[in-house]
Amino acid sequence: MTEARVIPLHTEPTRTDQMRPEPTRARPRREPSRSVVRQEPAPRRTDTAARPNDRQPLPLPDSIVDPGRDEDLSPVRVVRRPSVAPEQPEALPDAAGGSELEDRLSDLIGFLRRRVSGDYHVDEFGFDREFADHIVMPVLRPLYERWFRVETIGMSNVPATGGALLVANHSGTLPIDAMMTTVALRDHHPSGRHLRMLGADLLFRTPMLGTISRKAGHTLACTPDAERLLNSNELVGVWPEGYKGVGKPFKDRYKLQRFGRGGFVSAAMRCGVPIIPCSIVGAEEIYPLIGDLKPLARLFGLPYFPITPTFPLLGPLGAVPLPSKWYIEFGEPIRTDRYTPSDADDPMLVFNITDQVRETIQQTLYRLLSQRRNAFTG
Amino acid sequence: MAPSVVLVTGVSRFIGAHLAARLAADPSIDRVLGVDTIPPPRELLRGMGRAEFIRADIRNPLIAKVITSAEVDTVVHTSLSSSPAASGGRVAMKEMNVIGTMQLLAACQRSPRVRRLVLKSTTAVYGSSPRDPAIFTETMAPKALPAGGYAKDAVEIEGYVRGFGRRRPDVSVTVLRFANFIGPRIDTALTRYFALPVVPTVLGYDARMQLLHSEDALAVLEQASRQDLPGVFNVGAPGVLLLSQAIRRAGRVQVSMPSMVVGPASRLFRGARLVDMTPDQMRFLNFGRVVDTDRLRDTFGFTPRWTTMQAFDDFVHGHKLRPMISTAQVDVVEKGVLAAARALT
Repeated sequence: MTEARVIPLHTEPTRTDQMRPEPTRARPRREPSRSVVRQEPAPRRTDTAARPNDRQPLPLPDSIVDPGRDEDLSPVRVVRRPSVAPEQPEALPDAAGGSELEDRLSDLIGFLRRRVSGDYHVDEFGFDREFADHIVMPVLRPLYERWFRVETIGMSNVPATGGALLVANHSGTLPIDAMMTTVALRDHHPSGRHLRMLGADLLFRTPMLGTISRKAGHTLACTPDAERLLNSNELVGVWPEGYKGVGKPFKDRYKLQRFGRGGFVSAAMRCGVPIIPCSIVGAEEIYPLIGDLKPLARLFGLPYFPITPTFPLLGPLGAVPLPSKWYIEFGEPIRTDRYTPSDADDPMLVFNITDQVRETIQQTLYRLLSQRRNAFTG
Repeated sequence: MAPSVVLVTGVSRFIGAHLAARLAADPSIDRVLGVDTIPPPRELLRGMGRAEFIRADIRNPLIAKVITSAEVDTVVHTSLSSSPAASGGRVAMKEMNVIGTMQLLAACQRSPRVRRLVLKSTTAVYGSSPRDPAIFTETMAPKALPAGGYAKDAVEIEGYVRGFGRRRPDVSVTVLRFANFIGPRIDTALTRYFALPVVPTVLGYDARMQLLHSEDALAVLEQASRQDLPGVFNVGAPGVLLLSQAIRRAGRVQVSMPSMVVGPASRLFRGARLVDMTPDQMRFLNFGRVVDTDRLRDTFGFTPRWTTMQAFDDFVHGHKLRPMISTAQVDVVEKGVLAAARALT
C-alpha cells in the first residue's frame, strides 16, 4: 500500500527531528532470526518480578498531606533496568535464591499487611497505585507478554512528565486494547507512567467493574474529570470512538469510526497538553464480531450483544480471546500549547484538530497493517 | 463587621450547640441566642456558657418576634436535620427542614437589622451517582437532582436561600456545603455505622469518601458568622478514603452483601436501632462523593487542620475502637511465615 498523504497542520520542524518515532523494541520481522524477539520478554518478566522490592516504603499514615501525585515512583525508574542479576536463578547458589524468595515474600506480606490495616493512599479519583501495581498489572501482564506478544513503537513520543492526552483507536468487542495500553505504558515507558483512562458510564454503573476501574485509576469520560487529570500532570487515555469502535463488525476492522464530538481536543487545548495519537493493531482479531443480538443487548442494557465465532457457541470458552499479534504505535505528539484557552471554543479549529488526530491514527493503522503478514504471527 | 447579636438555630444538636458555645466565648459578641424546639442535652447546655437558649419553633411566626426584639444581626442556620428518626419521622423532618427555613427566612427578610445569614448545607446536594464527574465544584449540578430525603430538602432550602439573597441584596449570604462530619465527639449515622463490630457493605461497590473533622466544621461556621464571606463553598477535608479502607482502619470486619439483600438488612438494622441509614446515605456508601475545596481555601480563606484520613483516625482513637485483628497478631503471623520460608529454602 502506498503511504497515504498526511497533511501536517501543526507540526513543528524542530520537534519532528527529536521525536521521530523509532521502534523501542527491535522489530526484526523481516529478518529470519525471529527467536531473538521471542526471547525478549524473558528478562522483563524477572525484572517486573523483582521490581516490587525496589519500591520505596509507602508514606507513614501520619505524614499524609495529599494523596501524592507528584511523589512519583522515581526510584523505580532508576532501578528498573538493572535486573540482570536474577536472570539465571538456576546458576545462583541456593542461599541467594532463598533470600530472593524471602524478599519477595516479605514484600508480599508487607503489601498484604498494608491492605489489611488500610494503610495506603488513594487519590481523589479513587486511584490506588499499589492496587494497580500489585493486582491489576500482574493479571494483565501475561496477556500482554505471552498471549498477544505486544510490541510498542515510538514510546519516546510519550512525554516522561507532565500532562498529555493519548488518543487511540478502539476495537475488539471488549476493551482489552485499553488495558494492554496501560500495561505498555506502565512496564515499557522509561518513567513507567500510569495511564488514566476515561471510560463509559456503563463501566462505572456496573458493580464490580466500576470499583476496580476507579482503583486502577480510571474515571468517567467527562470534561471536568479529563481537565482535572490533565491539569494535575497525568497521562490521560481516551478512546473517542467509544462503543461504535469497540463493537463494530469484523468486516469494518481498522476503519475508524466517528471521533466523538471532539470534546477530547477542546479539553487538551484548554489544558495546553499535547495529544498523542496511538494506533493499536491486533485488537480487532481477538473477538471477531460477526453478529449482534440486539434484543438481548436491550434486555441486559448493553450497547451490543456480541456473536463471535466462538462466543455463544463454546460458552465460557468463547471468552478466551484469539491470540493475535499486537503492535501499539505512539505517534508524534500534536502540540496544543500554542492555542489560547479561548481557541477551544472555536468549533472549526477543534474539528480540524480532531480530523488531524483521526487521520494520523488511520494512516498509521494502514501502514502497520501493510507491514503485517499474518494477524497471529505478526 | 463583627456581629453583635447572633442567632443560632438547631442548638439541641452537636454542631449548633458547640457553635453557640464558641461564639459565646468571644466577649466582643454581645449576645448569642440559641433556638431549637427541644432543649439541648445537659452536657451540651453546660458548655454553652452565656449563650441564651430560647425554646422556639422556627416553623412558627414567633421566630420573627425573637429576631426583631433581640435586634439580631447574624443568623446561623444549622438546624438542617439528616436523620428522620431523630426528628420524629420523615414528614416531621421535612416540615422542620423546609418549612422551618422558609419561616426563618421570612423573619429575616422583615428585620432590617439582619446583615448576615449563614446556612449549613451539605454536599449531599450533589447526590451520589456513577454518572457524574468524580469531583464536584460549587458550580456543578448533578445529572439528576436528589429524589428525596435530606438531600432534596437541602436543595430546596438552598433555593429559598438564593431567593432570599435576591430580595435582600444587603444581606451577606454564605452557603456552606459540608462533607460528612467525623470526629471523636460527634455522633452521626456514619460514626454509628463505623462503630458496628461487623460493618455491612454492598457487594461490588466501594465509595470514595471525603470527610470533615467536626472541629474544622465548627471553625468554618465560626469564621463565616464573624466575617462577611458571601458565596457558596464546599467544605471538606483534603484527601479521600475508600469505604473498605476506612473499615479496615477502624479495625472492623467488612461483610459485603449482594444489593438484593441490602434493603431487608437495612430495615433490620433500623428496627434494631443500630444504624438508621436513609436511601441517600446508602447511595453515598455505594458511590461516595468528593468535592473540590479550592474555593474554600482561596476565597473563604480556610484550610482544614485534619485531612480525611487524620480525621477518621481521630474518630477511631476517640471512640477507642479496638481492631478485630491486632497488629501484634499480624506481626506474629508475618514472622512465622518468613521463618517458615527460611526453613524451607
